[in-house]
Amino acid sequence: MTNDLDIFVGNTTLIDEEVYQLWLDGYSVSDAVSLRLRSGILEQTGATVDVLQSDTMDHYRTFHMLERLLHTPSKLIHQLHFQIPPSRQAMLIERYYAFDEAFVREVLGKKLSKGTKKDLDDVSSKTGITLKSCRRQFDNFKRVFKVVEEMRGSLVENIQQHFLLSDRLARDYAAIVFFANSRFETGKKKLQFLTFEDFAYCAEQMIQNWTLGAVDSNVDDMDVDLDKEFLQELKELKVLIADKDLLDLHKSLVCTSLRGKISVYNEMEANFKNLSRALVNMASKLIHTKDVRDFFIDLVEKFIEPCKSDKWTLNDVRLFLTQYTTSAHTLDAFRHQALWDRYMSTIKSCLLKMYHD
Amino acid sequence: MPGKLKVKIVAGRHLPVMDRASDLTDAFVEVKFGNTTFKTDVYPKSLNPQWNSEWFKFEVDDEDLQDEPLQITVLDHDTYSANDAIGKVYIDIDPLLYSEAATVISGWFPIYDTIHGIRGEINVVVKVDLFNDLNRFRQSSCGVKFFCTTSIPKCYRAVVIHGFVEELVVNEDPEYQWIDRIRTPRASNEARQRLISLMSGELQRKIGLKVLEMRGNAVVGYLQCFDLEGESGLVVRAIGTVCTLDKISNTAFLPACNSPSKEMKESPLVHPPSHGCRSTHNSPIHTASGSRLTQNFSLSVPTLIYTGMGSGSAGKEGGPFKALLRQQTQTALEQREFPFFTLTAFPPGFLVHVGGVVSARSVKLLDRIHNPDEPETRDAWWAEIRQEIKSHAKALGCHAVVGYSESTSICEEVCILSASGTAAVLNPRFLQDGTMEGCLEQRLEETSPPGCGFCHIPYDELNMPFPAHLIYCYNCRKQKVPDVLFTTIDLPAEAMVIGKGCLIQARLCRLKKKAQAEANATSISNLLPFMEYEVHTQLMNKLKLKGMNALFGLRIQITVGENMLMGLASATGVYLTALPTPGGIQIAGKTPNDGAYEQHVSHMQKKINDTIAKNKELYEINPPEIPEEIIGSPFPEPRQRSRLLRSQSESSDEVMELDLSHGKKDAFVLEIDDTDAMEDVHSLLTDVPPPPGFYSCNTEIMPGINNWTSDIQMFTSVRVSRLSNINLTNQTLNKNFNDLCENLLKSLYFKLRSMIPCCLCHVNFTVALPEDEVIQVTVTAVAITFDKHQALQTSRVPVEKTLQRASTDNEEQLQFPLELCSDPLVSQPFSPAKEVLENASSHTGVPAAQRATSVDYSSFADRCNSWIELIKLKAQTIRRGSNKTTASLDKASPLAEGHLRHRSVPSCTNSTVSVVKMTPLSFIPGAKITKYLGIINMFFIRETTSLREEGGVSGFLHAFIAEVFAMVRAHVAALGGNAVVSYIMKQCVFMENPNKNQAQCLINVSGDAVIVVRESELEMVPVQPSTAVSQPASAGDVTT
Repeated sequence: MTNDLDIFVGNTTLIDEEVYQLWLDGYSVSDAVSLRLRSGILEQTGATVDVLQSDTMDHYRTFHMLERLLHTPSKLIHQLHFQIPPSRQAMLIERYYAFDEAFVREVLGKKLSKGTKKDLDDVSSKTGITLKSCRRQFDNFKRVFKVVEEMRGSLVENIQQHFLLSDRLARDYAAIVFFANSRFETGKKKLQFLTFEDFAYCAEQMIQNWTLGAVDSNVDDMDVDLDKEFLQELKELKVLIADKDLLDLHKSLVCTSLRGKISVYNEMEANFKNLSRALVNMASKLIHTKDVRDFFIDLVEKFIEPCKSDKWTLNDVRLFLTQYTTSAHTLDAFRHQALWDRYMSTIKSCLLKMYHD
Repeated sequence: MPGKLKVKIVAGRHLPVMDRASDLTDAFVEVKFGNTTFKTDVYPKSLNPQWNSEWFKFEVDDEDLQDEPLQITVLDHDTYSANDAIGKVYIDIDPLLYSEAATVISGWFPIYDTIHGIRGEINVVVKVDLFNDLNRFRQSSCGVKFFCTTSIPKCYRAVVIHGFVEELVVNEDPEYQWIDRIRTPRASNEARQRLISLMSGELQRKIGLKVLEMRGNAVVGYLQCFDLEGESGLVVRAIGTVCTLDKISNTAFLPACNSPSKEMKESPLVHPPSHGCRSTHNSPIHTASGSRLTQNFSLSVPTLIYTGMGSGSAGKEGGPFKALLRQQTQTALEQREFPFFTLTAFPPGFLVHVGGVVSARSVKLLDRIHNPDEPETRDAWWAEIRQEIKSHAKALGCHAVVGYSESTSICEEVCILSASGTAAVLNPRFLQDGTMEGCLEQRLEETSPPGCGFCHIPYDELNMPFPAHLIYCYNCRKQKVPDVLFTTIDLPAEAMVIGKGCLIQARLCRLKKKAQAEANATSISNLLPFMEYEVHTQLMNKLKLKGMNALFGLRIQITVGENMLMGLASATGVYLTALPTPGGIQIAGKTPNDGAYEQHVSHMQKKINDTIAKNKELYEINPPEIPEEIIGSPFPEPRQRSRLLRSQSESSDEVMELDLSHGKKDAFVLEIDDTDAMEDVHSLLTDVPPPPGFYSCNTEIMPGINNWTSDIQMFTSVRVSRLSNINLTNQTLNKNFNDLCENLLKSLYFKLRSMIPCCLCHVNFTVALPEDEVIQVTVTAVAITFDKHQALQTSRVPVEKTLQRASTDNEEQLQFPLELCSDPLVSQPFSPAKEVLENASSHTGVPAAQRATSVDYSSFADRCNSWIELIKLKAQTIRRGSNKTTASLDKASPLAEGHLRHRSVPSCTNSTVSVVKMTPLSFIPGAKITKYLGIINMFFIRETTSLREEGGVSGFLHAFIAEVFAMVRAHVAALGGNAVVSYIMKQCVFMENPNKNQAQCLINVSGDAVIVVRESELEMVPVQPSTAVSQPASAGDVTT
C-alpha cells in the first residue's frame, strides 16, 4: 500500500523552522529526513520514519509554494493564499535572504552574471554548501541588485523597503550590492583573512563618504556608484608626497606628537614615507576602475602587511592614522583639507577594521 | 423590482503577466448579475490596476437576488485577438439580504481560475438596497437567516424550535452534457460552478419559503449537500431545523423581513401547496408506488438501531407526569410529518430523554432525472428513509429524532442513501408557542434530574419491544438507565462525566464482486447489514477497551466503491456517571485443552486487561466504587448488552428484532478461533493511544477539558492510498484501511506537536473510493491548545455547579474524581480488582474459563432470518461474561508531562491582511461571537493539465485546499468578519489521470461568517443566560 497523495493544509500555514532551515540549506527530502532522524526527533515524539517523511514532504511543498512569494516579499505580506502571522512572515523572509559567510566571501565583488552562476558548483564543492543553497543565495544577491541598482535614495532603505529585511541584513545586502557594482576584488589569497563583516563595514564607510549620496541625496545610483568628481579630485592629494618639504614636515609633525605614545616609534619613523606614499598613491589612482577593484589588495599589501611585519599593534595603527590625518591640517601649504578628511576618515575606518589576524 | 444591487470595482493587485512582450497586463473587469453585464475601462499596462469604477447598478427581483451569484470576471484586453480571461470571483450576496447581518461586502478577493488557481486579487464593494416587498405571493424568502451551526447560535435565544425542513433541486450536470465535448475544460468547470451556485441559491430560497410558512425566521443546523450523480444529473439537497430566534441583546427588535408570519396568517394563499413541504410526502402510497412503478430499482436495506438499552423509565414517582408530558409532546410533534432536528446541542431542558441511535439506509439505482422541475423520485427516496427513521424512533419510545443527518455515497449508478439520528424525547416547551408552558414546566423538572435525566430510558419498562439490560441510574437511583448509550448528538452541557473523552473509530472494509445494475445493488444491500453489525461490534469493543460507557457524536459512513464497501464510524467515548461501569472484555478459545493455545489466549487476555487499565489511567476514569446496596435495586439481571433492532421497510411496519446476546454474562467475550475475530482483537490492540499531551474527540466539547486558550489551528489533511496487493482479502483490506487511518492520526499528532497540550476537536473523517483499489481519506479538525496549569481553578467552577445540582450522596464521589483530574499522582483508592472479580464470580458461580468457552445461541438462533445465519456462520460472536476486569492496581505512571512544552503565542497586530480564524466548532475559544454575518457556502472546481509541473497530485491538491481556505477567508473578511465557525468541508472529490498528466478536484465548503471579540477585550459577561442555568439547577434540588 502506497500513499499516492498525502497532504496537510492548515488554515494558518504550519511552518517548522528546523525543516525550513534544512530546505534553505538545499537538502533533498531524503537527506532532510535522515538529518532530522539524527536529531533524535523520533525519540522525543514517538513518531515513525514514515511520519517524518510525510511531514518533511509536506513542509517542502509548502516552502516550494512560498518561494515564489519570497522573491517579492511585499507580495508575501499582502497575499491571501497563505495565512501566516506577521512574525512568521518576517522570519520566513529573513531566513530566506540570509546567506552563508563562506558563500558570500566567494561571491563578494564578483559580477552577478550568468557566468558566475555557472561557477557555483565550484563554490559549492569548495564551501561544502549545497549547490541548491548556493543558487538561492546567488539569486537573492542578483534579485536585490537588479531591484535597487538604479533606484534613487538610500541603498539600505531601498533594500529594506523592497525586501522587508531587518536593518542588519539590509546593511549586509547594501554592501553586497555595492561590492558587486564596483567589482572590488576580495577573493585573493592575501585577503582571505578578512571576513564578510570587515568588508561590509568598509562598504558602509565608503557608501557614507565616497558616493554621490554623501554630498547630494537626490541623484540616481547615489549610494551605488563612487563619486567620480571626488575620485578625480583625489589626485590633488599627491602634493603630500610629491612635495618633499611637505612630506618631511608632515613626517616631523607626526613623529613629534607620537613620540613616547606609540610602541613602534622607530619602525614608524623609518616607514613613514613609504606608508604615506602608499596611502596617497592609492587615492590618486582611484579614478581608474582597475585600481578601485584592487582597493583592498592595495590596503593590505601596502599598509597592513608592512605594519604587521613590524609588529604594530592595533592601537599603534590607530594612533598613527589619527595623527597622520590631523597633522596634515597644520600643513599650511596643503589646501585640500575637506578632501583629505573625506578620504582619510574612510581609509582610517577601513584599515582599523581590517587590521587583525 | 424590489432590490437594487450596486457594485464598484476599485482595484486589482498582483495580477499575472498576460503579455509576455511587455511583462504587463491590460486588465478590465466584467461585472455580471443575471443577464446584465457591465464593464470597466481597460487599465493599460499594469499588474496593479486602479479602476476606481463608477457604481454599477443592477435592478433585480429579490428572487434573483437570492438565487444568482454576482459574477466578476477579470480579463486582459487584447486588441487583435479575443480577450483572455484572467479569472473570476463569485460573490454570494445572500448575507446582504437580511437586515441584521452584513451591510456591505467590501474587500480584496482572490481572482480564481479553475485551471490556474488564484491569480492576483481584486478589490470590490457590493451593496444592496432592498425595497419593502408588499407582494404576498412572492417567491423569495429574503430575511430568513441560515446557520450551519448545529446549536442555537450564541447571540440568539430560541423562542420556538419548529422542526425539520428539507428540500432538493436537481439539474443536469454540465460536465455530462453533449456540449462538454466541444468546449474547453475551463468553460465546463465554470458552467458547473455557476450552476451549483445558482442551484444552492434556489435551494436556500425554497427552504426559506418553507421556513416562513412554518412561521419561523431562521434555519439552524443547515446542511446542504451535492450528489454528483454523473450521467443522471446533479442533486443539491438540504436539511435544517426551523426556529424562531430572538436576538438576546435586543429582544424587542424584529426586522420587517422577519415577521412574515403575520402576513401569512392573514393570507392562506401565501403558501400554495405546490411548494409546500408536505405535499410531496403526505402520501406514502404515492411514494411507494412511485418507486416501484417506474423503472427505478430500489432496495431498502434492513437497518439497525443501536440503543444502549431500551427503557423503562416510568418509575413510580415520575409516572403520571411523564405520561402527561409524553402526551403533550406527542401531540406537539405528531403534527409534524418528520419530528427531526438537525441540532446536536440544545438549550438546557430541551432534551428530556435519549433513546439511542436510529439509522436507515437504502440502496438505489440512479437513472436520468427526466423532469428537473419535479424531482419526485429523489424526494420519494428520502421520504421513505425518513419514514423508516421515524418508525425506529417510535420503536424506542421516542417522538423525535435529534442530531439528524443525511448522506449519500455514489459509485457509478448505485447510490446508498443514509440517514441517522438519535431518538429522543423532547420538552414541548420549545416546540410550540407558549401554550402549555405554565403547567408542564414544573412537572418536567421534577421528573428529569439534571446531569442524568437524558440518560434515563424513554421507554416503558413493562412494554419493551425487546429485552434490555437496565439498571437504576447511578446518579439519582430513581430511574432506569441502559448500560451503554450511543448517540449522534454532542455531550449535553449538563451531563456529568468522569475523566476525559476520546475519539473512538470503527473501521471496516468488505470486498464485493463487480457487478452491474440490480445485481450490484442487491449484493451491496446484502453486505450492508453485516457491515453495520461489525461496525457496531467494533465500537462496542473499543468503548469497553477504553473503560467508557457512552458514545456521542456517532457518525457512521458507508462508502461504496467498484469492488468494495468501506465503513467508518467515529464517535467520542465518555464515561457517564449515571451509567454503570462497563465490564471488561474476555477472550476465549474454542479448544481449551490445547496448552499452548490457552497460553496464547491468556496472553491476549492479559494484554487486553492491561490496555483497559492503561486507558482508564490515561483518560482519568476512576469512578467511585459504589457498593451495590446503595444502588437501591437488586443486582441487575445480566442480560445481553448489545442489541440490534432491525426493520425492513419492505416488509412494512413489521419490526424485526435480533437478540445478539449469547449467554448471561457481564463482560464481552471475544472468540478468537476464527481469523476474523483474531483480527478484531489485534485491531483493538493496534489502536495506539495519542502521545502524551494530546486528546482527540469528534464532538464540540472535550469532556474534562475546559481551559482552552485562543491558540487554534484548523486543518484539512487528505491521503489517497493505492492498494497494491493483487490478492485482496477482507483481512488485508481491513489492515490497510486501519493502518491508513492510524498513520494519518499519528501524522497529525506529530505535525501539531508544538501545540501540546492540545486537543483535536471535531475530528471529521471522510472516506471515498474514487477508483478501484484507491482509498481516499479526508480529515478536517481543529487543534486547540489548552492551559494545563489553569485547569485546577477553572475546573472548580463546574464542580461546584454540579455539586449544587447533584444529590447530596453524590457529592463526595463527584468531587473526588474531579480532583484527581488535576493531580494524577494522588494515590488512587481503587477498589482492588480481586474484590470485583470475587464479586462477579460469586454472582454467577461459574469459573471464568468455563463460562467463556460456552456458546449460547439460544436467544440468537430463534430470531435469525437468513442473513443472521450468515453472521452465525462467521462465528464471530459476541457474548457477555461476568468477569469484570474493571479496576487495576497498576501504579499511576508519572506521565511524561515534563516533555510538554508550553508555548505562548506572540500576538501580532501589524498585519495588512486581516486574520480570519476558521473552526469546525460553533465557537472560538477565548472569544465571544458578537454577530453572525451570514452563511458561507462555496463550491470550487480546480483542474490541471500539467499535473507533474504542479508538483504531482500532492502539490496540486495542497495548493487547491490552501486556495479554498484563502477564498473563504477573503469572503468572510469582506463581510466584515474575522472568523468562520461550524466550518465543514462537505465534499472533496479528487480524480486524476496521471497518464494524461491531468487531475481534477471539486470542493464544497460551508460555515458561518461571524465577528468575534476576544474575551479579554470584553467585560466579563456571563455567556449563558442565567435563567436557563438556574432552572435545571432548582430542578435538581427538587429531586433530591
